[in-house]
Amino acid sequence: MIWVDTILQGILLGGLYALFAAGLSLVFGIMRLVNLAHGDLIVLGAYLILLLVTLTGLSPFVAAAVAMPFMFALGYGLQKFMLNRVLGDDILPPLLVTFGLSVVLQNALLEGFSADSQRIQAGSLSTASIEIAGIGLGVMPLLTFASALVVIIGLNQLFYRTSLGRAFRATSDDPTTASLMGIKPAGIFAKATGIAMIIVTIAALYLGMRSNFDPSIGPARLIYAFEAVIIGGLGSLWGTLAGGVIIGVAQTVGAAINPEWQILAGHLAFLVVLLVRPRGLFPRAVD
Amino acid sequence: MSKLSSNYLVQTRTRASSISAIVALALVVLALALPAFASRSLIQDMFFILTMLVLAQFWNLLAGYGGLVSVGQQAFVGIGAYAMFGVVILLGFDPVASILIGGIAALVLAIPTAFFAFRLQGAYFAIGTWVIAEVVRLLVAQWKQVGGGTGTSLPRSATSDMWFTGAIETLFDVKSAAARDILAYWLAVVLAVATIAGIYWLLRTKRGLGLAAVRDNIEAAKSVGVDAVRMKWLVFLVSAFGTGLAGGLIYLQKARISPDAAFSLQDWTAYVIFIAVIGGIGTIEGPILGVLVFFILQSLLADYGSWYLMVLGLIGIAIMLFAPRGLWGLFSDRTGIELFPVRRRLTGGRLSATSSSSKEE
Repeated sequence: MIWVDTILQGILLGGLYALFAAGLSLVFGIMRLVNLAHGDLIVLGAYLILLLVTLTGLSPFVAAAVAMPFMFALGYGLQKFMLNRVLGDDILPPLLVTFGLSVVLQNALLEGFSADSQRIQAGSLSTASIEIAGIGLGVMPLLTFASALVVIIGLNQLFYRTSLGRAFRATSDDPTTASLMGIKPAGIFAKATGIAMIIVTIAALYLGMRSNFDPSIGPARLIYAFEAVIIGGLGSLWGTLAGGVIIGVAQTVGAAINPEWQILAGHLAFLVVLLVRPRGLFPRAVD
Repeated sequence: MSKLSSNYLVQTRTRASSISAIVALALVVLALALPAFASRSLIQDMFFILTMLVLAQFWNLLAGYGGLVSVGQQAFVGIGAYAMFGVVILLGFDPVASILIGGIAALVLAIPTAFFAFRLQGAYFAIGTWVIAEVVRLLVAQWKQVGGGTGTSLPRSATSDMWFTGAIETLFDVKSAAARDILAYWLAVVLAVATIAGIYWLLRTKRGLGLAAVRDNIEAAKSVGVDAVRMKWLVFLVSAFGTGLAGGLIYLQKARISPDAAFSLQDWTAYVIFIAVIGGIGTIEGPILGVLVFFILQSLLADYGSWYLMVLGLIGIAIMLFAPRGLWGLFSDRTGIELFPVRRRLTGGRLSATSSSSKEE
């Protein structure tokens, strides 16, 4: 029974990793850009929510909703004024610019908020749990997983049911032809990064409520997100969720065997998948 | 190609490169003689500059010439350092000889790393190397005989009668700690010179030409018979070996190691990337200029802690946006000066329509 419990916890943890990964997956899918500052942007989002909660006394969920337009604007501006300039066949400039951004963000947060670890207080919600068939499940992990499902369903709807989604897919397939049809790739890219930042805000909300965070933890979140994307297969959002779940289960099972092995087990699961299925479990895009 | 008239010469040498060769030789002699009159802190600064230069040259070989952007070079620094500590502590080897073991350990680690990371395309390669560096760090932290997660120091018995230190102590009349710094510094001079000379030699051979072709257009390079995969393996393994040697040497001087320090992304990859980016990716001169700028910035701003890193990051971003070929690229574009030219030029004779062929190599 303890193993069933461990695996269930792992699956729910996977929801958090899928939230980390969804924004990364979206941006990569549309413009083949790997944002090395993705993890640090999640941490930035968490600090923004924390700031709103502390200053105004809002509930964290309302604070996250307030933070979303700001994060959207940040993503939009970042893409429009910085990242669009370095997109191209050469992968070096976007990688190095986002790497620089990661270092800048980490140290700006360090300067602004100090290295002390923080937490977004969620009141009784953080300890609440419900019992299903003899297994106690935390409300917070359940909520995280549900949010991941909502985000992925929402993104799929956006992609396949709206004109913006059609523009996303068209630009992803062939920016030159898409621009002949009256789509401005630069604007589409900016909107995509803006939407990715909204998902980042949701991820930040749960990151901040579930555990302590400090300015230095961004890169590790980026790695988990990246592993989830690769395991799932590039371009598949449901695959990303599966990837998150695999990392989550590997981590909780690893931790159950030896607490020091938690992170290592997640990485090893990733390497095993890379060995057996180099293109991920559910590959869609051919890159 | 024997039809080519003997009046024609294919050469890479320029006037600037001939001058720079003489200056470089003089600088090396000066660098080797430096401990005779320099203070210990200057020797330590020079050691830092030289080892960072070596790391930057190898990262530049990977990214600038091989098109392989690695964010996991700390894996090779760390494994080189830990292998050096391991054979000193467990087998009683001399630390100086153990640096070589560090390089070999990095080379061995590079084989599985490349096997995994080469499965990832382009940008994902970068994070793939990073994951592997994390895995190695977490595994090394489990290695209790070299201190586990908290780390350990080189045993006093190993550092006190290390090769050459006795001779240096009597030569310069210094204490053993200072003698160790001088020894490490000399080794760093040798390593830096060997690195630059080796990379320059590699780039001027037929392999180097193939490497540049793969970087510029992989499909075109393949179509004229360059084995792109072998090229990538070559630069990856060479870089790992050199980075491992540097790792062993850096921790010989530090004499104290911990997994978090030896596998630090910031110290061994972030700084190194900024050095190469600021100086200019894809040139040998770039990292040399970059490491000097980096050192000056660090001396000026180190007291400001995180502000310093923010400035460094912003400079890196600005350079990538506005001068992607770095400071050396700006200088070289305006003046046409290349200190380490790799371009082959056709000189001598008169160019006519009938003799349009030129011989490479």
